[in-house]
Amino acid sequence: MEKDKFIKMALTGNEAYAYAMKQINPDVVAAYPITPATEIVQIFSKYVADGLVDTEFVPVESEHSAMSACVGASVAGARVMTGTASQGLALMHEILYIAAGLRLPIVMAVVNRALSAPINIHGDQSDTMGSRDAGWIQIYTENADEAYHSVIMAIKIAESVNLPAMVMLDGFIISHEMEVVNTLPDEEVKKFIGERKPLYNLFDFQNPITVGPLDLQDYYFEHKRQQMEAMFNAKKVIPEITKEYNDTFGTNIPAFVEPYKLEDAEYAIVAMSSAAGTMKEIIDEWRSKGEKVGLLRLRITRPFPYEEIRKYLAGIKAVGIMDRAETHSTMGGPMLQEIKAALYDLANRPRITGFVFGLGGRDFDDEQANTILTMVKEMKDGKELPLYSFIGVRE
Amino acid sequence: MKLKSWKELPEGAIIPGAPNSGEFKTGDWRTQKPVIDFDKCTHCHLCWLYCPDTSVLTKNGKITGFDYDHCKGCGICAEVCPPRIKAITMVKEEI
Ligand code: SF4
Ligand code: SF4
Repeated sequence: MEKDKFIKMALTGNEAYAYAMKQINPDVVAAYPITPATEIVQIFSKYVADGLVDTEFVPVESEHSAMSACVGASVAGARVMTGTASQGLALMHEILYIAAGLRLPIVMAVVNRALSAPINIHGDQSDTMGSRDAGWIQIYTENADEAYHSVIMAIKIAESVNLPAMVMLDGFIISHEMEVVNTLPDEEVKKFIGERKPLYNLFDFQNPITVGPLDLQDYYFEHKRQQMEAMFNAKKVIPEITKEYNDTFGTNIPAFVEPYKLEDAEYAIVAMSSAAGTMKEIIDEWRSKGEKVGLLRLRITRPFPYEEIRKYLAGIKAVGIMDRAETHSTMGGPMLQEIKAALYDLANRPRITGFVFGLGGRDFDDEQANTILTMVKEMKDGKELPLYSFIGVRE
Repeated sequence: MKLKSWKELPEGAIIPGAPNSGEFKTGDWRTQKPVIDFDKCTHCHLCWLYCPDTSVLTKNGKITGFDYDHCKGCGICAEVCPPRIKAITMVKEEI
């Protein structure tokens, strides 16, 4: 495609996601509605009703059934997609592991939303952080445009390693905000993703197979080792496919992480998703005042990009890691713990503190961003900080 | 049998080829086994009909014995053999 020949559309995150699904034209979509992800499959079901896609749409009675139907269709060789959020993802939890263990490249939209109780429909990342060991590739997007491109790439990534992938967007903040999205022509999407070549196919009646048999002490471990090999392969394939996409379409999507003004930074923030966008604005303000501060946006958390994190954070004096989720371990948010582990044996590792913010969709504003930057700067200058702090909560 | 390494096994934990359940020998789960007295057996095939593991063997209309590689020793065959015949006895499996 000629570069910069995008078709500009004003879309919300959910609309952008549904539009990408329309262009992908999956064989099967099985889904159950849940706020704030409902629109994705609702819009998609309209495409089905209007005959704009060839998809078999399966409106099931729960998310557990949705993911189960996706597994069944994917086992039969179909290209399968779905979408959910929060409690819906929690209800799918059992089947998430089955999709990964059976090596099915299902691609799912997850619109990040807080988990009950107390009940809340707004954006935080406790839902997908709770699924981080389920064996899915996890991609967190910063805005609607990135969500759109990420879904298309996720199809190719998932199918080239035979692992499922979930692509996240922040509930309401991204899912319901309208932005300019640079879309591709239908045929370009089709050409980029190609056809699915499944590992196996239950509908190949000439070569009958058994799927999902009992697998005990003598074989289970070998199959899990294979599954890990696929995740190791994903680390190689993700940058390749991202580069291919950027080279073909002239986009500029980072693969695992996005370094922002880090080259000469003395202290830095690690953030994800929409909060990274907010943080970049505030970092620009601090930079204009002469502060040597930068940001590392974490985009993919499974597989975990520890080499990239080490590369960008080594030598920086102090780093603050932001989590829009709790682990309830008393040791801080999930990314604080994983990034700390990634940096542990670096000789020039930074001093690190964590920030839990924005739970239940509480706005992340400039005041909070300034507080975080001030604290990390003080740590850079020698001040002792606690293991982690809560930002934006009423004391 | 040498077990395959993770590099040799088909991915996705599938089992290729069918049927193949016969290759999985399950007879060693048994604590007692059926033994038939052919002097009493009338070859009525009730045992063959009821065996949940298709482990009663038959050939040309005659019962020929048991498939001990798959018989679980449940005793159903001995139970359904007609009361006045009782050609099957369950005997303790010796290890
Ligand atoms: S003991 Fe049970 S399994 Fe064995 S032959 Fe009799 S009925 Fe079949
Ligand atoms: S049920 Fe008894 S009599 Fe009838 S075939 Fe079996 S062993 Fe023989």
